[in-house]
Amino acid sequence: MTTAPSEYIRPGQKLPFLRRVRHHFHEILLTSPSLVWMFVFFILPTIIVFLLTFRPTTITGGIGEGWTLKTWSTISNPNYPAIVWRTIWLSFVATFLCIAISLPCAFALARTSNRWRSILVGLVILPFWTSFLIRVFAWRILLHPEGWVSKVLHQTYSIFGWQFSFLEPETQLLYNVFAVLLVMVYTYLPFAILPLYAAAEKFDFNLIEAGLDLGAKPLHVFLHIFIPGIRAGIFSAVMMVLIPSLGSYVIPDMVGGPNSEMIGSKIYQRAVPDRNLPHASALSALLMLGVLLPPGIGWLIYRKRHIGAVDTDVVAALDAPQKAQNFGNSGGRRRNGVRA
Amino acid sequence: MHSGVLKLTDYLEFDGVTKRFGSLTAVDRVTFGVKKGEFFSLLGPSGCGKTTLLRMVAGFEQPDEGRILLNGVDITRMPPNKRHVNTVFQNYALFPHLTIFENIAFGLRLARLSKEEVAERVHEMLELIQLTGQAHKKPTQISGGQKQRVAIARALVLKPQILLLDEPLAALDLKLRQHMQIELDTIHDKVGITFLYVTHDQGEAMSLSDRIAVMNRGRVEQLDPPARLYEAPRSSFVAAFIGDTNFLEGTVTQLIDSEYCRIEVEDFGSVVCYNDKHIKLGAKVYLSIRPEKMHLTHDKPVNLHDGKVNVFPVTVDQLVYQGAYTRFWVWNGKSKDDCWELSVLQVHSRYLLDQQPILWDQKVWLSWHADDGFMLENYDAKDENLLSYPVTEEGEATSAGADEHPAEADHDNGTV
Repeated sequence: MTTAPSEYIRPGQKLPFLRRVRHHFHEILLTSPSLVWMFVFFILPTIIVFLLTFRPTTITGGIGEGWTLKTWSTISNPNYPAIVWRTIWLSFVATFLCIAISLPCAFALARTSNRWRSILVGLVILPFWTSFLIRVFAWRILLHPEGWVSKVLHQTYSIFGWQFSFLEPETQLLYNVFAVLLVMVYTYLPFAILPLYAAAEKFDFNLIEAGLDLGAKPLHVFLHIFIPGIRAGIFSAVMMVLIPSLGSYVIPDMVGGPNSEMIGSKIYQRAVPDRNLPHASALSALLMLGVLLPPGIGWLIYRKRHIGAVDTDVVAALDAPQKAQNFGNSGGRRRNGVRA
Repeated sequence: MHSGVLKLTDYLEFDGVTKRFGSLTAVDRVTFGVKKGEFFSLLGPSGCGKTTLLRMVAGFEQPDEGRILLNGVDITRMPPNKRHVNTVFQNYALFPHLTIFENIAFGLRLARLSKEEVAERVHEMLELIQLTGQAHKKPTQISGGQKQRVAIARALVLKPQILLLDEPLAALDLKLRQHMQIELDTIHDKVGITFLYVTHDQGEAMSLSDRIAVMNRGRVEQLDPPARLYEAPRSSFVAAFIGDTNFLEGTVTQLIDSEYCRIEVEDFGSVVCYNDKHIKLGAKVYLSIRPEKMHLTHDKPVNLHDGKVNVFPVTVDQLVYQGAYTRFWVWNGKSKDDCWELSVLQVHSRYLLDQQPILWDQKVWLSWHADDGFMLENYDAKDENLLSYPVTEEGEATSAGADEHPAEADHDNGTV
């Protein structure tokens, strides 16, 4: 085995393929295990899912021989557009609510003292120690007509007589879109808080003071200095919440009703009870395209905006000769002559 | 706590201002005034309370006691966004997502100025800081010195009643710092706004300020123009913190006339000193003498200025050639282990041509004029740790009371 030569390559210099491999030999060696893993357990299954959509089904629920476009034609079932639309708007509303709740949380977390901070971050992570299924089931008990949320609401109604329909005794809290939304926000909130907190922790809070100092009101500072300052964290928080939201099927199955089905539950129905794997594959392929498109577009925008940024060190180096000229220290301008 | 003896001419007034962080008193009953248009510095070591005091003027901290008045208005409880006070932060605190232009325009846009007026005033500022060509760049794309200038422009463009500068040059390298000092001075002369400048660098404070308040452990030790601070320090802290000095401890044994007195220093000799403090006979006093005010000669000096020159035989312990001058450490006393050690600076005009340079272990004559010694109002033995005496073999400073400065929380970075 040869060792990698440590030749110097100018930035932007293009080398022939084999020399490039030789130059990055150690890096390739180190990254290959994870690359192999990603290929076998991510890229390969994805390709298989896409290929399955072009296979026919057998009567026993297996995969038939040959290739067909029959699955894709059945996908245009008029039910699906409504479910896809509901999936998208529910996911986006859940994401928006998660971010809106998490932003002040992240701000507060980053500003608290170290001791409190670790306790609070621990509390954010705490729900993960219980099974996700049990937590969703707990919501079923809470929202059940005999559960305590509805009891409290009904009590409030009977005491104050507020004219809100959702407080009326006959209102069903479970098996609707709002229950799905509530449990989705509950489930995915930590996924929004954690990346936002990580970004807020790195945020320079002197900027807040600078904003106040220049006459901005606290809300203006929060919206126009803090939020742009952690936009990278907001981007990852959106991804962390939006992607699992789009694919969620346990939540709509357990707390949702027939009018709050999401695409995830449809995929589950096609794959397990119906044993129609090509159909399920086609639906997940659709979903995957929907999931990959927004970050793809986002990445393109980000790249476009950040190309052409000038390296700070280069700028500093360019400034250097001019600086040297300015140092007229000796010519009778020296001021700090009193230093001992 | 409130003193109630404020001068009406003061533009910014601190009246018995006290700030505590838990058990630590960061600012302790501070009362003084800053005049309009003045370049005023708060100078002191880290943890002395200078930044806390500045942050109280900006509105980021509220004093526990006392008042702060600006132009006769009590601003003690006013939120920072309501004060006509702007700050230049130590780490610049430029908004990274805005361009240089937008950074400077930030405050103007909040003040709802017209687009044309904003552009005009920003360009005025860009011209002042000589960055007209860089207006479209982001803060990450300019150098440290340029960022500092933008931070100053962003604060100055709002024409504040007072510009607060929190160690604005600390993050710059030495050469750039010296250059920025000149620029700051020029800007101050041009805009005529009152500057309140916080620094731990005595050279910076001395070169820029009209007046300096030297702070230590939350209190103002002395408030004077730079020259007075250096030439007539009132406490051992000021004497040691600003420049270098030598401390001698003795007892007043004779009042020569209304101006001079004689002090007996044990194991050293009898020292004549200018008696500006009207100290009584028999009082225990401390003397501060600057290293460069003393002279070393091979021959005993003859011209004694009517006995106003102190002359002592000393032995050279160490010497360090430092280009423009040589620093000597000499001693006088019973033995080398039980003696007074003094630091002396000798400026030399032609070192290499000197036929008889003063060398190690030589017996020479030390002399200084009585007017160059200063009696201190306050003396604290641990202030001698601030002095640059040579390190002994045990790795300790040779000064008395070598215990550490009290470990004060470094609340100067403003996070407390």
